[in-house]
Amino acid sequence: MISADNLHLTFGKGTPLENPALKGMSLTVNQGEFVTVIGSNGAGKSTFLNALSGEVIVDSGKIEVDGVDVTKLPTHKRAGRVARVFQDPLAGTCEDLTIEENMSLAIKRGMPRMLGSAVKARYRDRFREGLSGLNLGLENRLSDKMGLLSGGQRQAVSLLMASLNPSSILLLDEHTAALDPRTASFVLDLTCRIIEDQKKTALMVTHSMKQALEVGTRTVMLHQGKVVFDIHGEDRKGLTVPDLLGLFEKQRGIEITDDSLLLS
Amino acid sequence: MLSEIALYGAFETGLIYGLVAFGIYISFRVLNFPDLTVDGSFPLGAAVSAVLIIGGYNPWLATGAAIIAGMGAGAVTALLNVKLNILNLLASILTMIALYSVNLRIMGRPNIALLGEETVLTPWYDLGLAYHQVPVLLFLLIAIIGLFVLWRFMQSETGLAMRATGANPRMARAQGIATGWMIILGVALSNGLVALAGSLFAQSQGAADVTMGVGVIVVGLASLIGGEAVISPRTVFRALLACLVGAVLYRIAIALALNADFIGLQTQDLNLVTAVLVTLAIVLPNARHSIKSFFSRS
Repeated sequence: MISADNLHLTFGKGTPLENPALKGMSLTVNQGEFVTVIGSNGAGKSTFLNALSGEVIVDSGKIEVDGVDVTKLPTHKRAGRVARVFQDPLAGTCEDLTIEENMSLAIKRGMPRMLGSAVKARYRDRFREGLSGLNLGLENRLSDKMGLLSGGQRQAVSLLMASLNPSSILLLDEHTAALDPRTASFVLDLTCRIIEDQKKTALMVTHSMKQALEVGTRTVMLHQGKVVFDIHGEDRKGLTVPDLLGLFEKQRGIEITDDSLLLS
Repeated sequence: MLSEIALYGAFETGLIYGLVAFGIYISFRVLNFPDLTVDGSFPLGAAVSAVLIIGGYNPWLATGAAIIAGMGAGAVTALLNVKLNILNLLASILTMIALYSVNLRIMGRPNIALLGEETVLTPWYDLGLAYHQVPVLLFLLIAIIGLFVLWRFMQSETGLAMRATGANPRMARAQGIATGWMIILGVALSNGLVALAGSLFAQSQGAADVTMGVGVIVVGLASLIGGEAVISPRTVFRALLACLVGAVLYRIAIALALNADFIGLQTQDLNLVTAVLVTLAIVLPNARHSIKSFFSRS
């Protein structure tokens, strides 16, 4: 469960570049819900995800993950509860480390690290099993450097790494945006499969309204740092992209001019 | 050519600088933290152990104290960077400058002679080896132990976390790694190794001097880069081995350059030769690529 209550965050406070990114953002995501998040550029989508993961600390408001107040905790202290996949396929893994080393880092996410061997024999079977589910032939390349893999392969491994610890919530920040269409749909299918299998609570930011309606159980739209509408259940079924745009215009009484929302 | 004694001398100093190169490998390569503290922590190790040795303490205890002092110096640099947000390079320069005063305070004078004192080398002279072979044997042993311990450490959970911190800090944080503490631990470890080198250098040369740290960073980098040019550092083990090989090759190259009378080089040309060697070590691997592609094109 994720609960964000009245979050406020302003970048560059007191400077000419002052930029309010979150203005009273509130959202409660129940256990097992898969929420897709849309909104135009600058709506606060990424900032909201960064606030949940701890990369930025909010000025005011409260964030709880599974009932634990994490508002002031830095990223590494909430990593045990929050798993994340970045937009840039190169950002979620270390290219100089091998596949098994990367996965060994993820398997200890949120746990203390000591002087025992990082890559243990008993982990390898788990890694192989997970990798063979990707059907990319990576299960035989455990000791290859991550940098040898393509962007799509790296993103698939990042997803797998995020799901090694099943108890955490999953934050996906436009994680298919930098991939070619075929790879993007492969990674998206994989995402849905993992979330379904593990009954994960997940939040996926996307630029594509179509994608936002096709996957997940609930869709929220952000505008100017807060939620402008939130649809789920029966209301969401059969909803099309034009419906969504109409809804937004009705809610805000303004016209969307941002092409990025319409194009994808 | 080199005399046997000059060759052993090159090995002896080279193995000591191999420890410096290990330290620089941790800061520059593993953590991506350009750390110049070493110019201060090298004489710090020498100063601490020299003072303790003339004070009558066991030389191994004095050497251990030098390592701890070096780790403290490294921790100061890392804390300036991590906690006070001072740029890493600047933080290390500040510590390096401060250490000059600290070293003078520790020794109470600019240099301390250790001639005739009991050092870690003393018992080894009774083994019946030639006088110039003893330091090489002991330092080779220490370097190999250092290499093995560091290699194992880099495979451990903490070591892997340290490597991730340098390679991709954002990913490391997302995996729950306290990157700040990893930097503090790594830079401390790095300077502990450099202080150990300084301590051994003082004990084998028979003196600690406050100016003995000048240019240690350049020699260490020369060893690191030169070693990487000879042995490509695809794995941690190869990278560590490259540090040792690079350091020894560097000392042999210097000894050859200074011994070859026909070139006309003298001792005062050492820093110039070093700069030229480092430049060559950086440029040559790239040049090799462009030469290869030149020939494959035609």
